[in-house]
Amino acid sequence: MAGKLLRIGVLALQGDFAEHIAMLRRLGVEAVEVRLAEQLDGLDGLIMPGGESTTFGKLASDFGLIEPLRKFGLQKPIWGTCAGAIFLSKDAHRDQPLLKLMDITVERNAFGRQVASFEVDLDVPALKAVSDDDVPFHAIFIRAPLIDSVGEGVQVLARLEDGRIVAAQQGHWLATSFHPELTGDPRFHQYFLRLTSAQK
Amino acid sequence: MLTPADEAHHINKHLFKVPFVCGCRNLGEALRRIGEGAAMIRTKGEAGTGDVVEAVRHARAVLGEIRRLQTMAEEEVMAYSKEIGAPYELVMETRSLGRLPVVNFAAGGIATPADAALMMQLGMDGVFVGSGIFKSGDPAKRAAAIVKAVTHYNDPYILAEVSRNLGEPMVGRQISSIPEAELIAGRGW
Repeated sequence: MAGKLLRIGVLALQGDFAEHIAMLRRLGVEAVEVRLAEQLDGLDGLIMPGGESTTFGKLASDFGLIEPLRKFGLQKPIWGTCAGAIFLSKDAHRDQPLLKLMDITVERNAFGRQVASFEVDLDVPALKAVSDDDVPFHAIFIRAPLIDSVGEGVQVLARLEDGRIVAAQQGHWLATSFHPELTGDPRFHQYFLRLTSAQK
Repeated sequence: MLTPADEAHHINKHLFKVPFVCGCRNLGEALRRIGEGAAMIRTKGEAGTGDVVEAVRHARAVLGEIRRLQTMAEEEVMAYSKEIGAPYELVMETRSLGRLPVVNFAAGGIATPADAALMMQLGMDGVFVGSGIFKSGDPAKRAAAIVKAVTHYNDPYILAEVSRNLGEPMVGRQISSIPEAELIAGRGW
């Protein structure tokens, strides 16, 4: 690293990319909006925000981004939040363009419609790697997906009280069903930046 | 188009689980609605016209007032809040954020990919389009083009590309040709 600034891209086709960029800048990292394949050049990692995963898929297909994103992900860390996690997954139980990188399957809108959105405190032991703060992570679920199965080599980072999986990691890929970018809590972003520095 | 049943008050939106989107023409109106619990704001524009000029006027008003607010001395903010009729705490929050505390859509008269890109360039978070799509010759194609224009609002090459061969646009009405009593944006306060 030697003081070299990390350059993190945020997929900016649609969704709450602005909130991720604000959090990254707060953490002193260079944040870049990514809408076209060439904007991936020189990035150390990529965040795919919340939004609507079919829209990501359609726009990524129409602008030739699917393969470049896959190639990028094979080399560099990617973190998907909510719709971004769906887009990162192998399978969402329906026909839609996905990056099919991370060995998880997801259930879209797993908690129901917009009115069923909720907030809950989660115990995320992995965050101890970036912070001594031993408080739970306040997680915001907005028409959220669930990770309904994980493959071998995928580490579960957080579960709801009933055991259902809402955060997971496979090597340098990270998926969360909720939106750390909407809280003031930077620990998940710090966790991703740590992954990214380790890879750089 | 609905007409208000209550001429003095808006609904207390804090009592609902379903998020409300409310219209505004300026910063005061936006912050009053947020104070009542609006989860999203849209500029009113002039709905159903295909004439984007009012949407631009309202976006310029909100964003320009926020810029002015940010350059104000702190002791001037209370009098300013009084002047625009907005809750002081929300005015202070907007001042420190440099934007509305909720997502801010452009709406009311957007009918082409160029209209949508213009609104994004002005600094809106997104656009709502209704009749601009549904009353056009090829709604599906126009909708797809407007989505792409919002994503790539700063890329003139892509904007030109997606604007080609969209079929007939909606038949617009120039706002200056509509009698005052028929205009919608003035409903609410």
